Amino acid sequence: MHPILEKTVLSPTVARFVVAAPRIAEVRQPGQFVIVRRGTGAERIPLTIADADPGTGTITLVIQAIGKTTSDLCELEVGDAITDIAGPLGKATELIETGHAVCVGGGVGTAVVHPIAQGLHERGVRVTSVIGGRSREWVIFEDELRRWGEVVACTDDGSYGRAGFVTEALRDLLDAGGIDAVYAVGPVPMMKAVSALTLPYGVTTTVSLNAIMVDGTGMCGGCRVTVGGETHYACVDGPEFDGHKVDFGMLADRLSTYRSFEQEAFAKRGPCMLNALAAGAPAEASR
Amino acid sequence: MTEPASPVPADEPVEPVEPATAKAPLTNKERMAIERVAMPEQEGDIRAHNFREVNLGLTYQLAILEAERCLQCPKPFCVDGCPVRVNIPNFIAHLRDGDMAGAAESLLGDNALPCVTGRVCPQETQCEGVCVRARKGNPVAVGYLERYVADWAMQNPGAVPHLRQPLTGRRIGIVGSGPAGLTAAGELARKGHDVTVFEAFHAPGGVLIYGIPEFRLPKDIVQAEVDRLVSEGVKIELDAIIGRTYTVPELREEYDALFLAVGAGLPVFMNVPGENFKGVYSANEYLTRVNLMGAWNPDSQTPILHGQRVVVVGGGNVAMDSVRTARRLGASEATIVYRRSHDELPARAEEVHHAEQEGVRFELLAAPVEVLADENRWVTGLRVQRMELGEPDASGRRRPKPIPGSEFVIDCDLVVVAIGTKANPLLTGSAPELEVNEWGYMVTDEYGMTSMPGVFAGGDIVRGAATVILAMGDGKRAARSIDSWLNGVWPPPPEEPAATAARPAREPKATPEPKPAATPG
Repeated sequence: MHPILEKTVLSPTVARFVVAAPRIAEVRQPGQFVIVRRGTGAERIPLTIADADPGTGTITLVIQAIGKTTSDLCELEVGDAITDIAGPLGKATELIETGHAVCVGGGVGTAVVHPIAQGLHERGVRVTSVIGGRSREWVIFEDELRRWGEVVACTDDGSYGRAGFVTEALRDLLDAGGIDAVYAVGPVPMMKAVSALTLPYGVTTTVSLNAIMVDGTGMCGGCRVTVGGETHYACVDGPEFDGHKVDFGMLADRLSTYRSFEQEAFAKRGPCMLNALAAGAPAEASR
Repeated sequence: MTEPASPVPADEPVEPVEPATAKAPLTNKERMAIERVAMPEQEGDIRAHNFREVNLGLTYQLAILEAERCLQCPKPFCVDGCPVRVNIPNFIAHLRDGDMAGAAESLLGDNALPCVTGRVCPQETQCEGVCVRARKGNPVAVGYLERYVADWAMQNPGAVPHLRQPLTGRRIGIVGSGPAGLTAAGELARKGHDVTVFEAFHAPGGVLIYGIPEFRLPKDIVQAEVDRLVSEGVKIELDAIIGRTYTVPELREEYDALFLAVGAGLPVFMNVPGENFKGVYSANEYLTRVNLMGAWNPDSQTPILHGQRVVVVGGGNVAMDSVRTARRLGASEATIVYRRSHDELPARAEEVHHAEQEGVRFELLAAPVEVLADENRWVTGLRVQRMELGEPDASGRRRPKPIPGSEFVIDCDLVVVAIGTKANPLLTGSAPELEVNEWGYMVTDEYGMTSMPGVFAGGDIVRGAATVILAMGDGKRAARSIDSWLNGVWPPPPEEPAATAARPAREPKATPEPKPAATPG
């Protein structure tokens, strides 16, 4: 069991949890994830480790309520516990050692790109983070990322920071020159757009693929992705790959496999109460 | 922790033990005249639509009758035919006399997972295959009797004393809680060692939990076997992935010896166009979703695609488990595609027979060429090529050769690939000192020790994909080797000669000791 020690609501559908997981906190590296099962009967889902503190034996998970399981998780409170957290899984990010890197985070991917920015900063790499959301309340992890370098926040509607998509801010940085690597985490269309943008600039681009997973240890192949024309398992060969070689169409397609099941389960369950919580409803409403 | 589960459905009570009657033992001629029992089972057209166990188990009367068929050979071949060397005549003799506790003590002393082996062992090629009665007629139904005694022991946990010896203070780490790991854990705990089993999943059992379906091996039975091991002192750490959460060298520093039994769980795909379309599963994923995650239950939170027309590629036990699962999930057509003929099907004859009874179609001498899909990339069919059998290959099986121009399409909406598995490099990748062969399987000496002193390995990660009982045999051998190694006796002394039917009396018996039967032939 992994007790929840802290919970913060970051945006209308995103919550940040600090959870006891001493061993994982001790050995995890940037880019790695865990497989989480809330309790008996629940499904297993992959979540990237957004942060960790070996001193307190905790890891940080940032969860977006997009379906039944994530909503169930988002409604947990301090004092509750998550039954299973397995990991750390996946390969560690291949971090550049010097120069200037841009970390691009979209939506909840902003939390996922955080440990990469941290790892780069610790190596002495100059980090610029470009993060985005639909509007002001969807921009998360800005303060955390500011610890590791400059942050450019973007909103689609211009309600906060720079107006427009993250790709527009990234294009300006690429045009200014001196960028040695780009790390992008977010929705598939955003990672695809970032990879397409950086290709003509010849800038190495690493993306973190959010394929469907069951075990997370390479034994089922459910997370298979095509990279450079070859089949890879995102859970053991990734989750990070060269964005210029990823077949994003196939990834998006396979992610839609269970959409009807997910919609049905979500409809049966009802919406996540995080929304009400973020809007200032009384705390007990979230139970 | 999970609650101890009832291993046998409540509607199948095991009859109370009746006192042994003081009748005279049967003559061998009388024993030879008894026909082998038939296992009661659910009808094919009924069971094809539920996930309850197919085989219903023997009644007390049937078990006693079958036990009377055993001739109590003084040099029992059946024991040699058993990879974990269960003293078969001994437990059968106790059972025949109505001494259930004695039968259970004898069986459990030799076999850590008898409820499992009584259900999933291919007895026809092991103990029953070498039973002297098989030379002329049907062998003793050792598997059925083992299952009967094991289920009784599970329902009567107080009847068998714990076999644990004084604590040695030695700590042993076991990686993997499948049949090899659990067997080794049980053996080593009984020798008084402090045993911790590391399991990557959230539930122990390995292939017993995620692979073999509920209708062949109920999951509460596996859990009950694990609970018994835990009650004997075995510790289990779940969600621990060796190679990620811990490395082998780290564990080696903390434990006096290690046993690596991680299986060969990496799925092999067909390598044909279209196999990443939606509706193509590896058998591992399909069975894991259904068994471990409980997706056979409509209330499960883990989804599974329910195909109307399902094709399973492969001819082994995993293929049979997958195709029979597809039928139970509602497939109106469930088809096996196998590139050789019926005679070469690697699955157990009983499994093939059960599949046939449940309405599974067999498309033999056919090999996949391409997976077809609609414009939304959902599977619509499997293009296959007709094969013919040529000369025997190195494995002795006739090699299939494609017949040119023989391609045809099997319409389907789900394809499950069950053509094998291979070694997962996750663990060995974290321990470069561990010698592996060109296929990634671990190399061990004849006692099961790897290239790292004190680190042993067994089961599928050494053999490649094999059977539950062979993995258990490896676990038992490794436990013996580890115990010997920790005691400074190396190499381990040779195994004791084959057990005989002479059984230690647990308590005075009302019945006279039967005369040892002469071995025919």
